[in-house]
Amino acid sequence: MAAIQSDTHRLRLIVRYLVLILIAVIFIFPLLFMVMSSLKSDHQLLADTSSLRAFLPVGDLSLKNYAGAFERAPVGLFVFNSVFVTGTTVLLSLLVCSMAGFSFVFLHWRGRNVVLSLILATLIVPFETIAIPLLLEVSKLPWIGLNGLEWGWLDSYRVQIIPWIADGLTIFLFVQYFKGLPGELIEAARVEGASWFQIYLRVVMPLSGPVIATAAILKFLVMYNQYLWPLIVVQQETYRPVMVGLQYFFQLSPAWGEIMAYLTLITVPVLAFYLVLQRAFIASIASTGVKG
Amino acid sequence: MKMLNLTAGALIAATGFSSAAFAQTTLTMWYHGAGNKVESALINQIIDDFNASQSDWKVELESFPQNSYNDSVTAAALAGNLPDILDMDGPIMPNWAWSGYLQPLPIDAAQFKDFLPGTKGIYDGKLYSIGLWDAAVALYARKSTMEELGLRTPTLDKPWSKDEFMAAMKAAKESGKFDAAIDLGMSDKGEWYPYAFLPFLQSFGGDLIDRTDYQSADGVLNGDAALAWGDWWQSMFKNGYAPGTSEDPADHENGFIDGKYAFSWNGNWNAVKTMAKVEDVEFLPAPDFGNGSTIGGGSWQFGISAASKHADGAADFIKFATQDKYLAAFSDAIGLIPATKSAAQMTENYKEGGPLAVFFGLSQAQAKKRPVTPGYVVESKVFQKAAADIADGADVADTLDAAVDQIDADIKRNDGYKTH
Amino acid sequence: MRSSLTSSNRAGWAFALPGITLIFAFIILPFFLAFGFSLTNQRLISPNATRYVGLENYRDLLGLAVVTLDAKRDAGGAIERDAEGRPEFPRVRSVTRNPDYPQYRGMREWFRWTGGDKAHVVIASDVVFMKALFNTCLFVLIVAPLQAGFALGLALLINQRLRGITIFRAIYFMPVVVSIVVVSLLWRFIYDGHDGLLNNMLAALSWGHFRPVDWLGNPDTALGSIIAMSIWQAVGFHMVIWLAGLQTISPTLYEAAAIEGASKWQTFRYVTWPGLRHAAVLVLIVITMQAFALFTQIDVMTKGGPLDSTQSLVFQAVQRGYGLQDIAGGSTISVILFVIVLTISLLQRWLTRER
Repeated sequence: MAAIQSDTHRLRLIVRYLVLILIAVIFIFPLLFMVMSSLKSDHQLLADTSSLRAFLPVGDLSLKNYAGAFERAPVGLFVFNSVFVTGTTVLLSLLVCSMAGFSFVFLHWRGRNVVLSLILATLIVPFETIAIPLLLEVSKLPWIGLNGLEWGWLDSYRVQIIPWIADGLTIFLFVQYFKGLPGELIEAARVEGASWFQIYLRVVMPLSGPVIATAAILKFLVMYNQYLWPLIVVQQETYRPVMVGLQYFFQLSPAWGEIMAYLTLITVPVLAFYLVLQRAFIASIASTGVKG
Repeated sequence: MKMLNLTAGALIAATGFSSAAFAQTTLTMWYHGAGNKVESALINQIIDDFNASQSDWKVELESFPQNSYNDSVTAAALAGNLPDILDMDGPIMPNWAWSGYLQPLPIDAAQFKDFLPGTKGIYDGKLYSIGLWDAAVALYARKSTMEELGLRTPTLDKPWSKDEFMAAMKAAKESGKFDAAIDLGMSDKGEWYPYAFLPFLQSFGGDLIDRTDYQSADGVLNGDAALAWGDWWQSMFKNGYAPGTSEDPADHENGFIDGKYAFSWNGNWNAVKTMAKVEDVEFLPAPDFGNGSTIGGGSWQFGISAASKHADGAADFIKFATQDKYLAAFSDAIGLIPATKSAAQMTENYKEGGPLAVFFGLSQAQAKKRPVTPGYVVESKVFQKAAADIADGADVADTLDAAVDQIDADIKRNDGYKTH
Repeated sequence: MRSSLTSSNRAGWAFALPGITLIFAFIILPFFLAFGFSLTNQRLISPNATRYVGLENYRDLLGLAVVTLDAKRDAGGAIERDAEGRPEFPRVRSVTRNPDYPQYRGMREWFRWTGGDKAHVVIASDVVFMKALFNTCLFVLIVAPLQAGFALGLALLINQRLRGITIFRAIYFMPVVVSIVVVSLLWRFIYDGHDGLLNNMLAALSWGHFRPVDWLGNPDTALGSIIAMSIWQAVGFHMVIWLAGLQTISPTLYEAAAIEGASKWQTFRYVTWPGLRHAAVLVLIVITMQAFALFTQIDVMTKGGPLDSTQSLVFQAVQRGYGLQDIAGGSTISVILFVIVLTISLLQRWLTRER
């Protein structure tokens, strides 16, 4: 009896893995294509696109495209710029947006529903359509830096960071998550005399692993893939991010192999960030032993 | 020793105003060559030479990727952040000049009398920009294919007629050896369309806009000649002679080289690369569809921004950069057509008897500029869409009428693009 | 109670203020500027002074009319018919380019229906915009439910405790991580009408019976192809949001369900799904919003073609604002888009409101 049970159990397990693997095949091929193509010559890479060879390490393989990519563009600088801008924005965004979300869900202030609706409405504004007005705005903003007061934010890191810190989606993420948290916890803390800030920091945030991870990865993706905005506000190479750098490879005839090598290189930080955050998805409310 | 150096340094600092290094005024310059190693090396060489050649000016370069260059410049112009010297693609110049971002070159036009017409950016009677090179488009073919299909080799004096061209398409298709007769580059949906295909329309007797006053496209882009062009254009795709708008970049880049296409309508910037892979490639002139054969002219050119306070210095640099030796150097490095005959003689490819000399002749004899008007920026986009739609099977007359309406409405909205 | 309310009033503002300020300064303010542009003839760059034009931009985009065409008749009054016996009608341009009908000047046919010897033609001032509007709505209607459903399925699948599950979790997310530009490029190769991977594979699977389809070159299949790719590309994104929602469900609830002998479906229906209420609202709104913002795929893969079958609102807004230098027109489209999506999301919120 026990043997049969363990057999069906094993069979089930195999089926489960088969399903998982089958689906994995469907999702992994862009990555395979990118990495494999980065090892091929332009001509072969394009010729391979009509068959499964596109996803296989076949033919004349070399790391030439990587050397070429580094020669063509300051890859390290672009990656640094993007990681710096993205990292800073993600951190500030998590702080600012989680506080706002906390306020909308747990603090009962007048007008919060109207303000929240307004913020949610901003989700709808496609960035492309406000880029020009925003450009005109930031080009006239003041800043106090090492050289004292200066006007205009162009050609800097701040112009790539500050406008992107707060956004409706991230606030909304926190709001929806916080709504699911047990309200008794907060009430209990209030009764014990904790300040709102203490509740935010000690009670709510420790329970928010999954949403922090989700918000962080989504924000990271948005920031890391920035193209239009840095293109119009940054003129100096010193501040250019990776996606603008990608344009270095689209000459009159694109250098396909180097494009793939460059893309492989710039995908590494995103992948690393996602893998690190993965743990937080599982570190759930469940593990804290809170009852819903 | 260290002590001495320090003193010397202090001395120079104290008397610095008389020293050359301190008197140099910085000129900022933008260029579209980021990511192009060869081109960057060349432009840097010119700048270094210029900075060393005199003591008044010091040029500092910022390079941008070509693909997004216009967007970068437009944004910078909006934000009031333009440099002293900038380069620009020929046909966009009138728009920037009209918008007040450029000033006419303070250089005597006689200086450039030997330059190819396509390299001179003249708008409203004034010279705004000057190029070191021009580009040209030709019909790429294999000598072996031409012989096999029994086709006459067209020349500048006697290009193919429409019938001859269509007979060549038919012969290539019916030979059964090719996926399609010709690669027109339909996958490259951008400025390539007006640059490469507008000349066909002109050869039919139509145009993008009435060039007498640039106020309307009516009767020109939807007249009988244009309708004839549209029908012919559509037939190229309907008959399967050319891959349509859904052609993928792989086929466009490898197709001719791998022998999938018998012909390719392609720019001279791909000539060197193709010669390396296709031994018997020939570059043939554009066919004559009735009104002479025409190709597009006008490539990248240097100009001075209106905001520049040092136009004299910028002009000095432009004069310096347009010396024959630099024209020749650019041509040798990136395969473009040098702006002057004398420079052409100094190059590998364009000197008499050189493998690409035909392009110099093409550029001189056939190049016709895209409409020189600020509205071109819009008109080119309208043409792009019309050419794509007709290729995809849209009704020719309706499409061209709509294009005319759109162009005319745009001109009206901009008060006729009149200069102020 | 009263004192607690006032204190949370102040604390509430303090917590929300940084976010509100930033959103106001960098989203709402520029959006109001864009709204202002939509009432003028603002150009991207131009030396001409900007003029107030009222609602002209809106009229130019939204203008619609129906004209009725009578079938052509020969000298004897009989209806002219084409080879297949259908009546022939005069061209629409006989109306839209006719000085007798100045109100229809420049309008073009969007679609028509025929009844007997009359054809009713819907003409629009801006057919491209109308098509973009229609395509975008269609895109949202198909993508939103399918993507949300698939994403939930995947989230449930990878929420199990299995060895190596993290690897799968990472792989399913891969299309989101790889830049959309690469993904779109790759699919352009896959969809190639001549020797694309998809055609080659379908031909192999059907032993050569399958006739190659020009997926992106045929107006009937282009939008569908982009829809399929888009669902596949972003499904991992929404999987992650569902996953976060799944994590908020206490395991004790599952234990209780197991003790009561609930089936898998019952457990899902009565434990999981109610626990996902907030996540569901989120996923639905985010998908809708992202679907309405459809742009990059179009830009890389089709540029709105063939024959406008893949035009989208944001693509048109960008095309006009930057390509045609018509910032006013681009802004007008985005204001219209804003109104549409706002209406829908208010509707969504009302439908999914907590009763």
